[in-house]
Amino acid sequence: MLHYAIIVSYVLLSLALVLGFIRLARGPSLADRVVALELLASLTVGFIGVSVISSGRAPFLDVAMVLALTAFLAAVAFARYLEKGGQRSDH
Amino acid sequence: MIIEWLTGFTLVVGSGFMLVAALGVLRMPDLLTRMHATTKAGVLGAGLIMIGVALHFASGPVFAKAVAIIAFLILTAPVAAHVIGRAGYFMGLSLWEKTTVDELKGRYDEATHTLTSPPDVDTPPDDQGRA
Repeated sequence: MLHYAIIVSYVLLSLALVLGFIRLARGPSLADRVVALELLASLTVGFIGVSVISSGRAPFLDVAMVLALTAFLAAVAFARYLEKGGQRSDH
Repeated sequence: MIIEWLTGFTLVVGSGFMLVAALGVLRMPDLLTRMHATTKAGVLGAGLIMIGVALHFASGPVFAKAVAIIAFLILTAPVAAHVIGRAGYFMGLSLWEKTTVDELKGRYDEATHTLTSPPDVDTPPDDQGRA
């Protein structure tokens, strides 16, 4: 039962990663790309959670924690760059 | 047995929410609506998956780590969304053409980067401080 749930979760998360990557590549403005990048980071946190269950190695959870924090820092830094000195609009 | 079913349920539902978030970021029409999709559904999905991890291992350290990750996500996602939305608005991104209310329109001065108050705050009602 859990085996099938893990496979289904992997498939759903991979699809979500592909969709988010399409927005990251297309996104008309830089802010849209930052939003897509943040979504990719939180998708990766979920991916790590599923892989921790399927491999049984609990210490990998630390990776998810660090990734969640650095993604937040990256988003704040990008936003500050956009607000203070970035190009006004790139579309 | 029941724990296994619960774990599988949270994993699948969490992944489903994250897929919905990705669909939203692809299909929504402008920056603010896209952010609305990713912030809420993304955090809910990751949180459900972490609940599944905590249920599966059922040990103290894993539970503490899962709770810490959920707390980080819930604390940081609104701040990041607010900051990006603010930067996007100040960059002059155009909103969706069907947007009905833009409260900041005409109050934000691009040159000085300041906001002016709405007019009804500047003139207090007559019955204050006169009686």
